[in-house]
Amino acid sequence: MGYFGELFVMAMTAIFIQNFVLSRFLGLCPYLGVSKKLDSAMGMGMAVIFVMTLASAFTFLINVYLLLPYGLSYLQTIAFILTIAALVQFVEMVIQKNAPALYKSLGVYLPLITTNCAVLGVAIINTQAFRSDGVTPYNFLDSTLNGFFSGVGFTFVLLAMAGIRQRLEKVELPKAMRGMPIALILAGTMALAFYGFMGFNI
Amino acid sequence: MFTTIGIPVIIIGALGLVFGLILAFASKVFEVKIDPRVEEVLSTLPGANCGACGAAGCAGYAERIVNEGEAVNKCAPGGMEVAAQIAKIMGQDTGAMEQKVAVIHCSCGGYNNTSWKYNYEGVESCKSAANIAGGPNSCSWGCMGLNDCMKACLFDAISIDANGMRVIDYSKCTGCGACVKACPRNLITLVPINRTVFIKCSSKEKGPDAKAVCGSSHPCIGCGICSRKCPVQAITVENNLARIDYDKCINCGLCATVCPSKTILDLMAGQRKKADINPELCIGCTICAKVCPVQAINGELKQVHAVDKDKCIGCEQCVAKCPKKAIQMV
Repeated sequence: MGYFGELFVMAMTAIFIQNFVLSRFLGLCPYLGVSKKLDSAMGMGMAVIFVMTLASAFTFLINVYLLLPYGLSYLQTIAFILTIAALVQFVEMVIQKNAPALYKSLGVYLPLITTNCAVLGVAIINTQAFRSDGVTPYNFLDSTLNGFFSGVGFTFVLLAMAGIRQRLEKVELPKAMRGMPIALILAGTMALAFYGFMGFNI
Repeated sequence: MFTTIGIPVIIIGALGLVFGLILAFASKVFEVKIDPRVEEVLSTLPGANCGACGAAGCAGYAERIVNEGEAVNKCAPGGMEVAAQIAKIMGQDTGAMEQKVAVIHCSCGGYNNTSWKYNYEGVESCKSAANIAGGPNSCSWGCMGLNDCMKACLFDAISIDANGMRVIDYSKCTGCGACVKACPRNLITLVPINRTVFIKCSSKEKGPDAKAVCGSSHPCIGCGICSRKCPVQAITVENNLARIDYDKCINCGLCATVCPSKTILDLMAGQRKKADINPELCIGCTICAKVCPVQAINGELKQVHAVDKDKCIGCEQCVAKCPKKAIQMV
């Protein structure tokens, strides 16, 4: 399989088969919290893609050049959290100064996802993931792209959720079902639908 | 011993230190100075985030005032008071501010004066009802009476009277325009609070068609009589619908009296005072006679003028123009 085939498998896995929200159950907080309106869901999704991609790249470097040589894999979580938090802070400062327009659309969401479990999740999964041959561990580019695709998967379900919830606003529901209860039922139904992708072997 | 505890401690410690230093350095290099006035302005704004100013919310408006020199008098709910406070912070003049109120340009929407096409039993929302076969009421321009405007009002200024009509409480309406946006039929506009004459119809149907479907039987039939009679040419008829230009309107109420369909509501009908010329002060300059839109003032040059009370419509045009302040409304 060529590298593009590899990428296709990676993308399909990250977006559908092993979707972060609906199969791995990571990042549920923004999934339920920021899915009330389509435009804020879009902003959040873009911020997640951005942070996941950057975090994947940097944690890969930290892991390979700092943790593995000294046998410190058991400190992965703490080192990754530290790296991601510092990285997001740094990026936030840079874009606030250099790209005010980008900061306006992403800025409010960036601090929210600094310690998001989906971002930490993608960093840890990258260290344990293998290519489709089952032997080669992810290299730098693989990790970065996996981070990107995972973010796309997250954005995809977040937008789907927001679209459905916006329509649900207009439906007359029993009082007890309004708001969070119906959102949770909806999330469950969507997870069930994504369960159909499970076990696909590409 | 040292290698099992020391090395991890050193590495993670160093990692933290390096990141800390980078962030500290970055916060100096990439520092964005935030004007403290933004916070101050924000704290004076009402915080309703109604969007009347054109910004997304109060924070957005505060930022625009400070950074982009936006006018300070755009906050409708805050009114003159807030504008004055902001002007103080920014060290500039308040500028004139015209208080506006919402007016519903439809006289249907009540329990008895709306004629229905079908019985709507869906979601209690005008937006939703308007999407089903052009709305449940026969007139596809008029009020459906499902109260989207009332739900949108942040200040409880819209209430329902005994007949099911929506009434706007002028003392509560801040002119924020939330109801204007909420109405799917675009029936509501903002009008300066001192105007008293409104066209209570938004139908662009031709006269007979509008009459056939109007539940209140007072539709605008687009005849244009009001437009021709208006002393200041404030009314234009376009697409079979008359519209008042409130920059020109002088509240004379003449249009309301001539409208054959009784579409025009005049809040001051019958309450207007008539002009009266004080003969001791009148110098006979004829200015009042010239400005009178209904030729109610007679008099020769250099002679004392008199007002024909039957003709006078109380528009106060002459009062404003008299150089000797000889005319009073009684």
